[in-house]
Amino acid sequence: MAVPTTSPPRPPDPAHPAVEADHSAAVPTTPLDPAQMARRIREDAVRMAGGPEGAHVGGSLSCADLMAVLHAQLLRPGDSFVLSKGHAAPALYSVLVQLGRLPAEELDGYTRPGSRLFGHPSHDLPGVEFATGSLGHGLGLSVGLAIAEQLRGGDRHVYTVLGDGELQEGSVWEAALLAGHRKLPGLVAAVDRNGLQITGGTEGCVGLEPLDAKFAAFGWEARIVDGHDLSALHEALQPSPAGPVAVIARTVKGRGVPFLEGRVAGHYAKLKPDLVRRGLAALGQPVAGGTS
Amino acid sequence: MSRTPTAPPAAAHPVATGQPAGQDPQPALGPDPRTAYREALLELAAADHRVICLDSDTGGLEKTFGKQFPDRYINVGIAEANLMTVAAGLARRGFVPYVHTMATFATMRAGEFLKLDVVGNRLPVRVIATHGGLAAAHFGTSHFALEDLAVTRALADLAVVVPGDPRHIGAATHQLHELSGPGYLRLGRSATPVPPGPAPEFRLGRARVLREGADVTLVAAGPLPLLFALEAAGELAADGIEAQVVDLHTLHPLDREGLLTACRGRAGVVTVEEHRPQGGLGDAVAEVVSAELALPIRRLAVRGRPGLRVAGQRAALEQLGVSTGAVVDAARHLHARTTAAR
Repeated sequence: MAVPTTSPPRPPDPAHPAVEADHSAAVPTTPLDPAQMARRIREDAVRMAGGPEGAHVGGSLSCADLMAVLHAQLLRPGDSFVLSKGHAAPALYSVLVQLGRLPAEELDGYTRPGSRLFGHPSHDLPGVEFATGSLGHGLGLSVGLAIAEQLRGGDRHVYTVLGDGELQEGSVWEAALLAGHRKLPGLVAAVDRNGLQITGGTEGCVGLEPLDAKFAAFGWEARIVDGHDLSALHEALQPSPAGPVAVIARTVKGRGVPFLEGRVAGHYAKLKPDLVRRGLAALGQPVAGGTS
Repeated sequence: MSRTPTAPPAAAHPVATGQPAGQDPQPALGPDPRTAYREALLELAAADHRVICLDSDTGGLEKTFGKQFPDRYINVGIAEANLMTVAAGLARRGFVPYVHTMATFATMRAGEFLKLDVVGNRLPVRVIATHGGLAAAHFGTSHFALEDLAVTRALADLAVVVPGDPRHIGAATHQLHELSGPGYLRLGRSATPVPPGPAPEFRLGRARVLREGADVTLVAAGPLPLLFALEAAGELAADGIEAQVVDLHTLHPLDREGLLTACRGRAGVVTVEEHRPQGGLGDAVAEVVSAELALPIRRLAVRGRPGLRVAGQRAALEQLGVSTGAVVDAARHLHARTTAAR
């Protein structure tokens, strides 16, 4: 069957003025060191948490290794990435800078007037195909991308990173059912399983376990991995031609910054300058000069 | 891109005329809205390989589109939120998804997915929303959609079309396909009467004037409201009041000039819709008219609490305040008010 491989140009349409940005996922042009990328994600997230509005720093730190392995090693040109847990925007923005899709100085503008960098990724940001931040959208969007690829008969991969609290959204499971039913190849959904949500532990709020069994029951291959072990992540995040893969990445919220690790309050924090300095020091950054 | 010319829908759908003996003649029924739409969709799919049909287990598409284009028919199941997100993903990769559900589920249950993923990205998804207004009749309140136009108008970047003449569903479908961004097509469930009198052609985004009249303006959206407006114009003419009747089938983008021309110089405007008074046709008309003309606007819309006692679509609408008689009363009042002031 003939299916589109690219978006063809469409005629001008007065109801919908054209807006264009390069939405394609950020991919490395040369292999990068995931450890270095992860460390810079964490540093940038801590700096952004020192900005005027604070940031969702805990969940950005917990998924830093996951984001780094995906963006330094796994994503190829044509592959897709959807940050379903859009509140980890600081991690994504850092990746976009590290891969040359955003100028580094834009990070200083995070949540400041005039900046493109909102607390959640907005429409029309380079390297961002879908605005996220409303939980429960990313898996369905990724399933749509993966079905397009399945119909096209191609082998481009689709990766998405979800929060664990996000799995309480019913729409996630609508998408999971469909992906399992269609045995979508090349789809990888990574869950940042840090175990915490705003009010406390996920299991004390509305429990998710056994999570691997849930995905398996929906027709997915479920893999549990240490979400801070870079080589284990690299192996676990490999797509399967046989169907969708769920990677339950066990992580620590606030990972890398001792005063944020495992802390519910670290979900969203506005860090004072001395805490930014302490955080960067803990991450191995020399303490020099001021912070943003 | 090759296009299939729009066939005159009337020829393709023989009009049902059977009436029980001994009853007053009723207006002839138009085509079944879903059948008329599906025929247009099949034409589009044959002409444009990007067309893909997403179903939420609505019933009927699997036997039509699914048989003819099995590779481009995807039933996502009874999962309307997922319907919208999957469509957004497919549209990002070059498909033109047609998504199918009922109007209340498309706009309320899946409304936020429609907003963020489809409209927010200006993706060329077409939302085909059946059971608009009170079309679900005996199904009851869960299946009524009296808020969908407020929601879709508020999304701002979504083309919103409510065909008033059931013979125009095919043309509306074909013309919506030409847009680069998203569209919402509100359909009913069962056949509704064909409006009497001349039937100017359907042009997306252009108000249709079905009757010229210098005294008052009646603006309608949807098949039954349009029928009420035309019936009312006939009654008003018998009183010597000449009504301009406008089918404002496209609520976005709205034909401002066409609407203002149809209203200018009249005693007032009566809007008629199968929707709540909040956010629908009446508000859309008031926004344009009140900015330019000093005219009173009476909004006939569904007030009160629907779905307490079973009634057919027309009877339910009439019981809730939208009827030929209500249009006549409102227009007479506006006309008398102006005449008294002279």
